[in-house]
Amino acid sequence: MAKIKLVHLAHARSGDKGDTANVGLIAYKPEYYPVLVEQVTAERVKEHFRGIAFGPVERFEIPNLGALNFLLHNSLDGGGTLSLKTDAQGKTYSTALLRMEIEVDDRLAEEALRDR
Amino acid sequence: MKTIRISNGQGFWGDSLEAPVEQVRRGPIDYLTLDYLAEITMSIMQKQRARDPRSGYARDFVSLIERILPDLVERNIKVIANAGGVNPEACRDAVIDAARRAGFGGKIKIGIVGGDDILHRLDDFISRGVELKNLDTGEPLASVQSRVQSANVYFGGRPVAECLASGGQVVIAGRVTDTGLSLGPMIHEFEWATDDWDRLAAGTIAGHTVECGAQCTGGNCLIDWDTIPAMADIGYPVIEARPDGSFVITKHEGTGGRITVASIKEQLVYEMGDPREYITPDCVADFTTINLEHEGPDRVRFSGIKGRPATDMYKVSVSYSAGWKAVGSLVYAWPDAYDKARAADRILRERLDRLGLKFDHILTEFVGANACHGPLAGDPPADIAEVTFRIGVRDEDRAAVERFTREIAPLVLNGPPTVTGFAGGRPKVEEVVAYWPALIPKSEVAPEISVTEA
Repeated sequence: MAKIKLVHLAHARSGDKGDTANVGLIAYKPEYYPVLVEQVTAERVKEHFRGIAFGPVERFEIPNLGALNFLLHNSLDGGGTLSLKTDAQGKTYSTALLRMEIEVDDRLAEEALRDR
Repeated sequence: MKTIRISNGQGFWGDSLEAPVEQVRRGPIDYLTLDYLAEITMSIMQKQRARDPRSGYARDFVSLIERILPDLVERNIKVIANAGGVNPEACRDAVIDAARRAGFGGKIKIGIVGGDDILHRLDDFISRGVELKNLDTGEPLASVQSRVQSANVYFGGRPVAECLASGGQVVIAGRVTDTGLSLGPMIHEFEWATDDWDRLAAGTIAGHTVECGAQCTGGNCLIDWDTIPAMADIGYPVIEARPDGSFVITKHEGTGGRITVASIKEQLVYEMGDPREYITPDCVADFTTINLEHEGPDRVRFSGIKGRPATDMYKVSVSYSAGWKAVGSLVYAWPDAYDKARAADRILRERLDRLGLKFDHILTEFVGANACHGPLAGDPPADIAEVTFRIGVRDEDRAAVERFTREIAPLVLNGPPTVTGFAGGRPKVEEVVAYWPALIPKSEVAPEISVTEA
């Protein structure tokens, strides 16, 4: 097994609804999607965003797009115009999630690191 | 099969002024849709209208119509925009004046979709037990009623379709959903029934895909971002819609940007909640039913979309005054840039304490180190070239926020060294206009539609 960053397995886009940010995580290849489903759990994402997201984290599966959607509640310093953050809309939380490391088998790690 | 080309030329108020003109001139379209509204916009427009009863809408829209009017008339292109803000009638009158001045009197009909502005009805609703509870907190609107600045219902695509059916070539709406701007023409052209949930969901998802303009054609696109061609000439999206609910997302030939299945997926998940429950006034769309196919260069086909019945509620967006805020910054240079910026933060906070200033909220960020990814970014490199110290406060007391803005500049002379970046002057104190999402029974409100010849 090897540890690699999500940035090699997936791309992402994030946005806001009030004080909740959403991060859509999209597998680069269909065979990566089950790995994301297994490892990128709501619990792990909540832990990953400690100090950023202060509320619960919800996860939704979108298998037809090979994607997961995360809602990070209470993560935008109040959100909208209340927020004092530079990134009051959570636009950069997409790549913040891609910093996460997950465990994959060596063959998959080699392929992912070669491609991306 | 009949195909209708519905384009988006504006993803938000402040988007490219040239994009809608290019959409009209660089390829075939039947409809041009433009999104001008955000939650904050409505409160700005209410204030404008309070000062001048002939204002309170997106003035940019009138200038745009002046530029493209000859094309619209010659090719019978229809325009749908939520540019009406809180005063669609005034926006219509301004467009009619512009059309007559340009010699198009009698040649174009302007429609409006209003009825969404419920600010003047809040007392009545609340007295009758329509509480407009905050969707996030459950609090009734009565708790902030004296501070409310605007209140609007989100209508969907149906009233847009009715306005088109009444002959409107330019449809000026108030608070119509972004997706409704594109769904409206599909309902109108294909005569989709109010319970044709699958097709209404398909049109809604088409609208979601294009509602942020170039964000589905290569803009803000992470995958292969550094090889996306001709970004300076990026094309905005065009929906090629069909009566069966299938559609293709594409852009005009010869424009820059890129549309692939992967880039489309990025936009589909943007601002997504529960993918099975995308609730609009027209239907509930299910994003887990979308089938995407690459159909050719810069062409992605959507099919298989399923929807469910609409709910019996409209969403309401209320804005209310929630105090004051100000944000200031200073730039610190190598060596020890991060340490200097952190020292400045400590010194400034101590001075605020000595002044007896307390704030509801105070936030420091170090741009270059942690403003985007917070603790995930780790410590910046020891020899980092520069760091921006950025500090903001928020409070109900405007005077306290004003006083805060006077404490940043002095740091240039009486704080840590090698500091710059204060050319902009003192930070501006801004009113905080907060957003209150709520629901209202559909039976309480109805869209108001009219069409007038220029």
